[in-house]
Amino acid sequence: MTHFFSVLGIWLGALFTFAIFSFLYKDNPFYKIAEQIFVGLSAGYWFVYTIFFILMPNLFNPLLQDFAVNWIKLIPAVLGILMLLRLIPSIDWVSRFPIALVIGTTSGIFFLRYLKSDVINQLTATIMNPFHGANWVNVVGQILLIVGTLSGVIYFYFSKKHEGAFGVTAKIGIYFLMVSFGAAFGYTAMARISLLIGRLQFLLGDWLGIINP
Amino acid sequence: MKRKIPLIITFVVGVVLIFAEFIPHKPFGLISGELEKWYLIIAGFAIILGQLNLFKVNLFKIRYKQQNWQYFILTLVSFSVMVLCGIFWGTQNNPGVFGNGAAIATAMGDKPFDYLFLNVYQHLSATMFSLLAFFIASAAYRAFIARTTESNLLLAAAILVMLGNTSMGSILTGWLPESLKFLHLPRISEFIMKYPNTAGQRAIMIGAGLGIIGSSLRIILGIERSYLGGK
Repeated sequence: MTHFFSVLGIWLGALFTFAIFSFLYKDNPFYKIAEQIFVGLSAGYWFVYTIFFILMPNLFNPLLQDFAVNWIKLIPAVLGILMLLRLIPSIDWVSRFPIALVIGTTSGIFFLRYLKSDVINQLTATIMNPFHGANWVNVVGQILLIVGTLSGVIYFYFSKKHEGAFGVTAKIGIYFLMVSFGAAFGYTAMARISLLIGRLQFLLGDWLGIINP
Repeated sequence: MKRKIPLIITFVVGVVLIFAEFIPHKPFGLISGELEKWYLIIAGFAIILGQLNLFKVNLFKIRYKQQNWQYFILTLVSFSVMVLCGIFWGTQNNPGVFGNGAAIATAMGDKPFDYLFLNVYQHLSATMFSLLAFFIASAAYRAFIARTTESNLLLAAAILVMLGNTSMGSILTGWLPESLKFLHLPRISEFIMKYPNTAGQRAIMIGAGLGIIGSSLRIILGIERSYLGGK
């Protein structure tokens, strides 16, 4: 029985792989079927994941194990239920209360998190002695790092017109941003191609057995 | 009441969380810790709301026989099957309503939820993203037409990073003498990633960070209210 399900799993994987790849020719019913199954399974997966890995350990288990200590968790539970009332149009305004709490918490957390990690820490890492390097390549790199970061930040300052010395600095900033986007593109392309190689390995190895997976 | 109370909640929660960072004494630490746990629980309900809404939207599409409505039956069926498998027999380390599902796991090799995840979901997900390899190539063909200095830089950085991370890069420049090792493609790729790329990323991070701080303040102070809706 296990062997049957193992073989069925491989065949299902192969058929869905072909169904998705059929989109390369043109949009067709096989692709649409696979696409909708993907959407449904994704939603189902996250639904179950949320119950088992978020709500059970943080809400249901504490309430069931020691209600006297954890009764305060009833408040977010009630707010969570109010959130679900958004599905009923006549009383959907009730969901504003939990949304307000989520938005307020997110704003408070993000304010501090981004201030520390994305502003202060990045500036601290940039303020360094560029000439303190093991070799000339490091020194050049560190100078580029400082110039690139500062000019890039200047580019994002839109309250002043980009002209004169300010405009030139902003232009240098764009060049650094372009290199950064190019590198990001290169990495993304490689990641996608490695996924494609993985699919081909599955088809030729696990499914057809032509190569060793 | 419909708008003022949510604004007050947002203000109080946001201010308490910011103050708690600077006042490491009771009750601020406790309150902020508890609020973060509440946030997690409510966010969990928000995810469930999203899934239920997807179910509702698809149900309406089928009911009113919108274009391609037949395919949305599959969405509902696959969603229901995945949810029921998870709830009835649980996941790898979590028992479901019917217990740990040892018998069915022995027969299938995995629990039904994990079986669907490994044999259908993972394949669909990997193939869907690998499909982008083809589209990214065609997009690059159009985007990388080297007309300006900016597009030249983008093109050069992408090519050098890609070549430097493959064996082709080592083969192409492996013959270079020791004195010119800095021109070795893997080293150029590493240099680009370590310095100019980091500089660009840092500029973006600082810019985005300042933007997020500004937006957070606007929300906490009640200047930004779009999350409350139009009514």
